[in-house]
Amino acid sequence: MNRDDIRARMLGVLKGIAPELEEDEVDWDRPWRGQVDLDSMDFLNFVVGLHQALQVDIPEADYGRLKTLNGVVEYLAGRLGA
Amino acid sequence: MRPAVIRKSAAEFRVPPNLADEGAVRGSFSWTQARAHFAGLSGGGLNIAHEVADRIAASNRGGHIALRCLRTDGQERALTFRDLRALTNRFANVLAALGVARGQRVFVLAPRIPELYVAVLGALKAGCVVSPLFSAFGPEPVATRIGLGAGRVLVTTAALYRRKVAPMRESLPTLTHVLLADDGGAGADIPGTLELSPLMDAATDDYTPAATTDEDPALLHFTSGTTGTPKGAVHVHGALVAHYFTALHALDLHPDDIFWCTADPGWVTGTSYGIVAPLALGVTSIVDEADFDAERWYRILQDQAVTVWYTAPTAIRMLMKAGPELARRFRFPRLRFIASVGDPLNPEAVWWGQEVLGLPIHDNWWQTETGGIMIANTAAMDIKPGSMGKPLPGVEAAIVERLEGGGVRVVERPDTEGELALRAGWPSMFRAYLNQEERYRRCFADGWYLTGDLARRDADGYFWFVGRADDVIKSAGHLIGPFEVESALMEHPAVAEAGVIGKPDAVVGEVVKAFVSLKRGFEPSEALRLDLLGHARKRLGAAVAPKEIEFAATLPRTRSGKIMRRLLKARELGLPEGDTSTLEGGG
Repeated sequence: MNRDDIRARMLGVLKGIAPELEEDEVDWDRPWRGQVDLDSMDFLNFVVGLHQALQVDIPEADYGRLKTLNGVVEYLAGRLGA
Repeated sequence: MRPAVIRKSAAEFRVPPNLADEGAVRGSFSWTQARAHFAGLSGGGLNIAHEVADRIAASNRGGHIALRCLRTDGQERALTFRDLRALTNRFANVLAALGVARGQRVFVLAPRIPELYVAVLGALKAGCVVSPLFSAFGPEPVATRIGLGAGRVLVTTAALYRRKVAPMRESLPTLTHVLLADDGGAGADIPGTLELSPLMDAATDDYTPAATTDEDPALLHFTSGTTGTPKGAVHVHGALVAHYFTALHALDLHPDDIFWCTADPGWVTGTSYGIVAPLALGVTSIVDEADFDAERWYRILQDQAVTVWYTAPTAIRMLMKAGPELARRFRFPRLRFIASVGDPLNPEAVWWGQEVLGLPIHDNWWQTETGGIMIANTAAMDIKPGSMGKPLPGVEAAIVERLEGGGVRVVERPDTEGELALRAGWPSMFRAYLNQEERYRRCFADGWYLTGDLARRDADGYFWFVGRADDVIKSAGHLIGPFEVESALMEHPAVAEAGVIGKPDAVVGEVVKAFVSLKRGFEPSEALRLDLLGHARKRLGAAVAPKEIEFAATLPRTRSGKIMRRLLKARELGLPEGDTSTLEGGG
């Protein structure tokens, strides 16, 4: 799976939680939780959704690496060996 | 096996508890005497901001840190009490220069940045009525509240303004000034707004606080009911007396504590105990801009050497989910007292504190309307895990039964379920629901404030939460009115009717779940479900919008046309549906 696939799967998960999201309006290199309106529960659902979509376990201790959308993609790519 | 009571012994207290002999203090405590603790204004009045920002600034603790603000980017900014006096004076001067008068309403919609705290206190100092809004609200809840409160001024950031206020600005004719705090984002230059920072630079540090009295309105906190618009609970400057003494008694704050109240000032906890109470006590508060993150929170507790921590069940349950290994990577040798509020803390969570953090968690109970903590497990008290504790000094609580004709009867027999009621008259009791006099009056009977919460009291005087008496949803400790959510869904062209309930959830208490039936010509589909979800989130924001949407062919209604939320909930839970005789098409 390459980064484009990962990006698409991640967006799919995110848009299942926040369908109003317009990806062009989000700066992928800035912390996204101020830009995308997610509360703590949405965020947990996002992590669970990534696990289901990509079969990647994301331990709580790694949440700090999920601060930007590009950070999420990089993290997942690293975990998937992409 | 875990015992039913966590017993305390004097040997384990690291500092002598403020409320060591609870019975004795309760017997001798009076709010009149408590009021005498405050010098007040020279003319005899009382102003919250003057008491919290100026009094300590003028003492030998003026250089003590009042707020230590942690930004999401890792930067820190500390404000001493003297800084706070100067900045709040400047902000009050900014309001004066704009022609904002005493009694007018100032709304604040901001992340937890220093400007939020300065604006709230500066506006109080100017005698304005302040309403802090939760920054996760969407445009509709924001506009509804500013509209109901006839807001004259809004303090926000460019990013929040663009997303949440600009789309509704035309519907807010009273709003004459929007002040944008610098949140480190892109520059402002937005029509109809002013940048706060140059105005602050141009203002002076000298200001004489408005001559407010104990009974003058100070704070406006919105809360949700089952029906109709949100209710604006009005609190007065005299509430400070309750904030101060309840923090002393229930949170056991001492002068050299480092206190962290994790609540956002958009909710009453974040104002009463995130701003007013610790400052009034001269205590240093930690303010974290970032959202919940387990590792970050443990790091703050450790690195900031937090001694007293006031948080919420949802956060505690999320920390529990994150596992004990994460907690064990940190050390909390200074932490000595943990309290929680929002919804009832389950016994497992109380014990988790004891086992993982080395301290039990002290649950307490209060509401937007009560303005301050009313019932608590205090530092010296034995804890019954799962109980909200006992009434604080100055608070009389009872279980009552409503009678036909509008009166109430106090239920004396222990362990009987009934409505939790408080003897009216404590200083932080709400004085009105803004412009809704009848709704306010209905909250009182025979000298009692009726809380709408069902509870029981055991033979030892501990109170136990049972549930809500109405359909209001309690999610992550915050009340959400089903009507507000239903109304937003009904605005979608496909929706014929909507019924919204709280679905039990192990982490947040209840999640908002919506049932919708569609208009002729629309068919249920995954695409439509997502469209409805996006529609609701855009209007209401993540904190209020439903997490689940389910299509239904029709929704159960009473003969008078009201949607039976109780029945929707019973079906959701697979419970007996109860008396359906008032149901359309039923019995």
